[in-house]
Amino acid sequence: MDAPPQDSPASPPLRTFVRGASAGVRSVFFYVLIGNYVGLGALSYEFGFSIWWMVASTLLVWAAPAQVILISTLPTAALVEVALAVTLSSVRFLPMVAALIPLFKAPGVRQRDLLLPMHLTAISVWVEGMRLVPQQPRGERVAFYNGLGVGLMGAAVIGSATGYVLAAQLPPLLAATLLFFTPMALLMSSARNARALLDRVAFALGLVVGPIVAWLSLGLDLMWTGLIAGTIAYLIHRWRESRQGGAA
Amino acid sequence: MTAELQSYLILILVGFLPSEVWRWLGIALGRGLDEQSEIILWVRGVATALIAAVVARIIVIPPGALAEVPLSVRVGALAIGFAAFLLIRRSAFAGVLAGEAALVIGATVLGR
Amino acid sequence: MKTVMTDIGPWFALILAGFLPNEIWRLAGVMLVRGLDEKSQIIIWVRAVATAMLAGVLAQLVLSSTGALALIPVSVRIGAAVLGFLAFLAARKSVFVGVLTGELAVMAGAYWFG
Repeated sequence: MDAPPQDSPASPPLRTFVRGASAGVRSVFFYVLIGNYVGLGALSYEFGFSIWWMVASTLLVWAAPAQVILISTLPTAALVEVALAVTLSSVRFLPMVAALIPLFKAPGVRQRDLLLPMHLTAISVWVEGMRLVPQQPRGERVAFYNGLGVGLMGAAVIGSATGYVLAAQLPPLLAATLLFFTPMALLMSSARNARALLDRVAFALGLVVGPIVAWLSLGLDLMWTGLIAGTIAYLIHRWRESRQGGAA
Repeated sequence: MTAELQSYLILILVGFLPSEVWRWLGIALGRGLDEQSEIILWVRGVATALIAAVVARIIVIPPGALAEVPLSVRVGALAIGFAAFLLIRRSAFAGVLAGEAALVIGATVLGR
Repeated sequence: MKTVMTDIGPWFALILAGFLPNEIWRLAGVMLVRGLDEKSQIIIWVRAVATAMLAGVLAQLVLSSTGALALIPVSVRIGAAVLGFLAFLAARKSVFVGVLTGELAVMAGAYWFG
């Protein structure tokens, strides 16, 4: 098969969009997202948000850790604290988007065309995108990625609404399992990505320091836990590095 | 945190948005790779610890129906799920399944 | 600041504490790659929002009725802020002069009216 044409799109944007969306629906992440967001939907119900708010948060924020922070801390913490924790949890979007944007470079792509792909970028969309987008002709890449993002976001919206409604209807034990899903999913995904000592120590310390800081009622407990546990983990990493580097 | 302190905090944070942040970004990027990667590592540590804190928070201060499950069961089920994940080829699916099963069994046996 | 449920509503909170702090990293990623276009519409919008938030916080601080500032009448606080700003403008945009004038005005006002 020849290399895809480099400039003019071979298909109209709408068709490329649909192609991207179907790639999203056929991806394993579709189901992962539904599962994750069922848990989030249930969480939002238990913390007293409306189903519209939950769906809006999925569309506007589109980041599960940030949404978990919002849902579990907004009812009791001050806005500044929540905003700080949310911003800390989303730093990874910077390198993700920065790695993605060069793929879209093509004649006729204006900066405002990049806004939608930028917003649609989340872990699952990005992973699939980095895999599939380079295979698309340059002129079609933005439309394809938009389709991919919208398709996967659809999964999240379905999950959010379903989880919310289920939490409202199910008997207590089953509702508890729905709620339990979110900490489990967060734990597994963090563990999967934690290859380096730094990540493992940071996570373990976070689990321990978190309840202590919360018990001390310092306010901003998520923030302080992140800073304290994270800095300790980083220092341990530096110490290990210097020991290994200095050994002669 | 008092209302006043929050206002000052917002002042500092938001006051930088129109200008300083972009200059700092430029400087930080110009500094070269080593410092950047150290900062990146530290931020990674903080963000990871933050997620762990969120997990701990839901387990230790659970909402609604989850609060009816005893703390020991919640913590135990989390541990069992994690152990299953480690043992079964680092499969998230297995981990979640095991953890949920442990929760249901534990809650039923040890009373709600 | 009261908790969000009773105060400015969950929707404002969603935007202010959810959407904004989250989206800036995505935006920064684009800026990094495409370069910083000072005149681009996004930057202008961000600066407008940030400036507006700043103004809101400033107003809140001046008008707030908690803490030591509450001992000084509202009219004095506002008057001192205005005086400080006028002095800032008059002294060719010198921040030092503006702050100094404002402080002196608020101290004098507290002494005479407080």
